Amino acid sequence: MSTAVLKIHDLGKAFREYDMEWQRMLSWFGARQKPANEAWVLRHVSFQLFAGECVGIVGQNGAGKSTLLKLVTGTLRPSEGSVRASGRIAAILELGMGFNPDLTGRDNARYTAGLMGLSPQQIDSIMPAVEEFAEIGEYFDQPLRTYSSGMQMRVAFSVVTAIRPEILIIDEALSVGDAYFAHKSMARIREFRAQGTTLLFVSHDPGAIQSLCDRAILLERGRMLMDGTPNAVMDYYNALIAEKENASVEVRQLQSGLAQTISGTREAVVESIGLFNGAGEPVEFVNVGEPVELRVSARAYGDIPRLVFGYMIKDRLGQPVFGTNTHHTRQALEQLRDGQTVEFRISFPMNLGPGSYSVSTALCSTDTHLIDNYEWRDLALLFTVANQDRDFFVGTAWVPPLIEIRRGQ
Amino acid sequence: MKLMLLAIWQYRHFILTSIRNDLRTRFARSRLGAIWMILQPLAQGAIYALVLARVLGSKLPGTTNRYAYVIYLLAGLAAWSLFAEVITRCLTIFVDNASLLKKMMFPRICLPLIVSGSCLLNNLFLLLATIGIFIVIGNEPGWMWLWLPVLIGITLVFALALGLILGVLNVFVRDVAQVMTVVMQLWFWLTPIVYVVNILPGTFATVLRLNPMYAITSSYQQVLLWGNPPHIKSLSVIFLASVVMLGLAMGLFRKASPDMVDVL
Repeated sequence: MSTAVLKIHDLGKAFREYDMEWQRMLSWFGARQKPANEAWVLRHVSFQLFAGECVGIVGQNGAGKSTLLKLVTGTLRPSEGSVRASGRIAAILELGMGFNPDLTGRDNARYTAGLMGLSPQQIDSIMPAVEEFAEIGEYFDQPLRTYSSGMQMRVAFSVVTAIRPEILIIDEALSVGDAYFAHKSMARIREFRAQGTTLLFVSHDPGAIQSLCDRAILLERGRMLMDGTPNAVMDYYNALIAEKENASVEVRQLQSGLAQTISGTREAVVESIGLFNGAGEPVEFVNVGEPVELRVSARAYGDIPRLVFGYMIKDRLGQPVFGTNTHHTRQALEQLRDGQTVEFRISFPMNLGPGSYSVSTALCSTDTHLIDNYEWRDLALLFTVANQDRDFFVGTAWVPPLIEIRRGQ
Repeated sequence: MKLMLLAIWQYRHFILTSIRNDLRTRFARSRLGAIWMILQPLAQGAIYALVLARVLGSKLPGTTNRYAYVIYLLAGLAAWSLFAEVITRCLTIFVDNASLLKKMMFPRICLPLIVSGSCLLNNLFLLLATIGIFIVIGNEPGWMWLWLPVLIGITLVFALALGLILGVLNVFVRDVAQVMTVVMQLWFWLTPIVYVVNILPGTFATVLRLNPMYAITSSYQQVLLWGNPPHIKSLSVIFLASVVMLGLAMGLFRKASPDMVDVL
């Protein structure tokens, strides 16, 4: 194996708050000051990257992924430990790059290239390629304030990757923008990698991690939990999330920032809900077309003459993707006693397109929840579908094609 | 130190481009564009000249030139506007560039250099306009005007040193910028720019001499209006003190930088 291009040793970052700001100022000059609050967002992280390697960073929100990338880029300084990199680092951290809205795309691109330390000759020589790669047409000479966020992303990515860096750092920036450009940038990243660029990559898209990376690192609350193959790390991550789910629903609600709506008489209540893969393991990330089972257990609080269970899968915009209930499938239950539990197991192939989805559940007595609504629960479950091994496609449905091509003479 | 100079040299084109962008964006959406750069300070001078020279009838003692007060005023304003612009821009230099500091890795030293460059350029336009007016009202250029570059340099170093210290502090305690807007107003009136120091009672005038801006503005006035050499002795003291202060500012900046992005 070649030499390490990035060595991270016992890296830690603490954000310190002081009662009085002058205490912080004294601490610069060596005076020991006790901070009022010290939050370690990252600690004891060590790993090495080798030339041409692609490493994905995985973790939930607040795990310290972005902090780690900022430390590697150098915009944040470590509180302890060290980051040693050899070669030029290019980073796309979040969107915007500090663009100036009144300057044109071209001027902003030149400005960013200057910030990267390029000489005017170098800037002149890369500009045609930047303009061509961004593909925003005459907008390139319009002020940036007229741009959409996707167009800004195009310019930012085109400039930062105009010259192949030794280390490329990407923080979820690729998830912004349209699929066409996402693929174009992926192609460029793959090309760089083939030429020996080391890639450090944060993504919530397990598909991207699994298809692109040789290695993945799992962060959890600022600690490095795992450093291994993408598949092993993603499985562990799935399990970690599943465990959290069972332990407490409250935490999840806070993290996703979504408010769950539960309504109804509560005469029947969904007690647990989970998505399981073919091996019976709980999953949050599902491959396109993978067979899964939705397991819902409910309990009756009171005698119920007739119970219908319904569920609905919605996309991230809340549009229904698929929904049905046991009235329509002629499986309604009759005469439930107080305290009796029921488990519903719904097996189906995950024939959905990549994206995040939610499941809503309903317990009622007829085919609509407008009569005898026992319980209606929105966002009862969240899961993500990733395209791990199929050819690229867009849309919320997986309709496997068979393309036959006949060429004429 | 050597590393820093090397970084500045490597980023010299970036610094120059940024100064140009700075000027361009300031007037990007106004019709008169760069003319505002001259119009604004001139309007300010005209207002003071109108209010104080005509209405208050304040004439400079010991001169027959009916425009003497206007020259006196414009000379002082040229010095003050450079000082004030550098201070106010340094004050918010890190806060204004927060998104850049968080996202890009580049030598931080570029930022104060860009501010200095763009303030200098602004001041140059103002000086040109001022000199234009001087020629129109019959104040012939003299050899003493050659002192101007030296005076500008001293003003810049002093303002930069003070501004950088305040700018670093302002990242952590944002009240600094608020307080400074008031302080700058007060400072302006504690410096003989629109009035003459002779009209003050004796004790007050002595206290005034502790104000470094007094030595600087009155040097401008000496050079531009009276054709006398500047107060070389007090200027040397101010210059040396400013260089020391600039060293302190750089030290403070270096110590503070690891914490800076954390709180931005």
